[in-house]
Amino acid sequence: MESAILFEKLKEKFPQAIKGSTDRFGQLEIQLEAKAIPDVVQFLRDDSECEFNMLIDIVSVDYSAYPDWKEDRFGVVYLLKSLTLGHRAQLKVTVSESNPEIPTISHLYANANWLEREAFDQIGIRFEGHPNLKRILNHHEFVGHPLRKDYPITRRQALSANESLMDEMIVRLKEKGWE
Amino acid sequence: MGVESLPILTTRKDAVLAWGQKNSLWPMPFGTACCAIEFMSVVSSVFDIARFGAELVRFSPRQADLLLVAGTVTFKQGPILKQIYEQMPDPKWVISMGVCASSGGFYNNYCTVQGIDQIIPVDVYISGCPPRPEAILEAIIKLQHKIENPHTTPVAQYKAKEPHFDF
Repeated sequence: MESAILFEKLKEKFPQAIKGSTDRFGQLEIQLEAKAIPDVVQFLRDDSECEFNMLIDIVSVDYSAYPDWKEDRFGVVYLLKSLTLGHRAQLKVTVSESNPEIPTISHLYANANWLEREAFDQIGIRFEGHPNLKRILNHHEFVGHPLRKDYPITRRQALSANESLMDEMIVRLKEKGWE
Repeated sequence: MGVESLPILTTRKDAVLAWGQKNSLWPMPFGTACCAIEFMSVVSSVFDIARFGAELVRFSPRQADLLLVAGTVTFKQGPILKQIYEQMPDPKWVISMGVCASSGGFYNNYCTVQGIDQIIPVDVYISGCPPRPEAILEAIIKLQHKIENPHTTPVAQYKAKEPHFDF
């Protein structure tokens, strides 16, 4: 779908949520209110003309070292693609340093579960309603969020013992019917 | 007159043991990165680690006496590496393969251990990113020399008895 048509469609459906939009080389980039993310993503996924059935990535950004940045400190970018129709879209939200919270979309896309955990681990974005929001890349004794610009890149933190990961294993066993 | 025609041969017990140990090293690869790919080529026919008696690669630490740490070790991997080392029966030796295992390499960052000798003692270090197969064979030869001459070979300084990290 043409990005202009897609934008008109969203503007009509979610007039309050949309803060702005940019056409990046024929690809739609929409700036949104953080709390509207699950509704907009669900609409984009389920609408027959949009059919964004693939979540490519969730990227978190720390804008604190960005030149001439006047908005909130952190940004989260959702990259969506439609495998059936071939078009793509970017959804951008910003959240403040004092309250970096965004509603989860892990109930809409299964891969969002781990992508949101990565954003939480590295930047410190909290996703409300996430079933298991804990660190995924860094170890469980790690303090701080290493991809924040104010985290010194060589501050290393030792791990005394690995965690058992049984909390995730029990859920997986139940899913497979092993209880 | 050749040795084989002698009825008796006298030697020292530790010399015979060392001779046997150095020619039948059973390596266990702790491969975490591209160095492990290079180790595969050392094991296979072109470079052929079997010429040095170390071809029996074990994937259980309980059956191995040479731990070959090949690749980047993160702090999350640290306790795993220590546990695998402790599971190996004595006598045991460690080769640190490549710059990542030896010093952290270019991963001067928040998550990488700056040299595995902060976690376990290391006998031979190999430089390179990744090292050439010849370098690994030379490390095996060096280790064989060390096993044969344990009292005259300078021992690499093991930095810590307990896990100790230089941050």
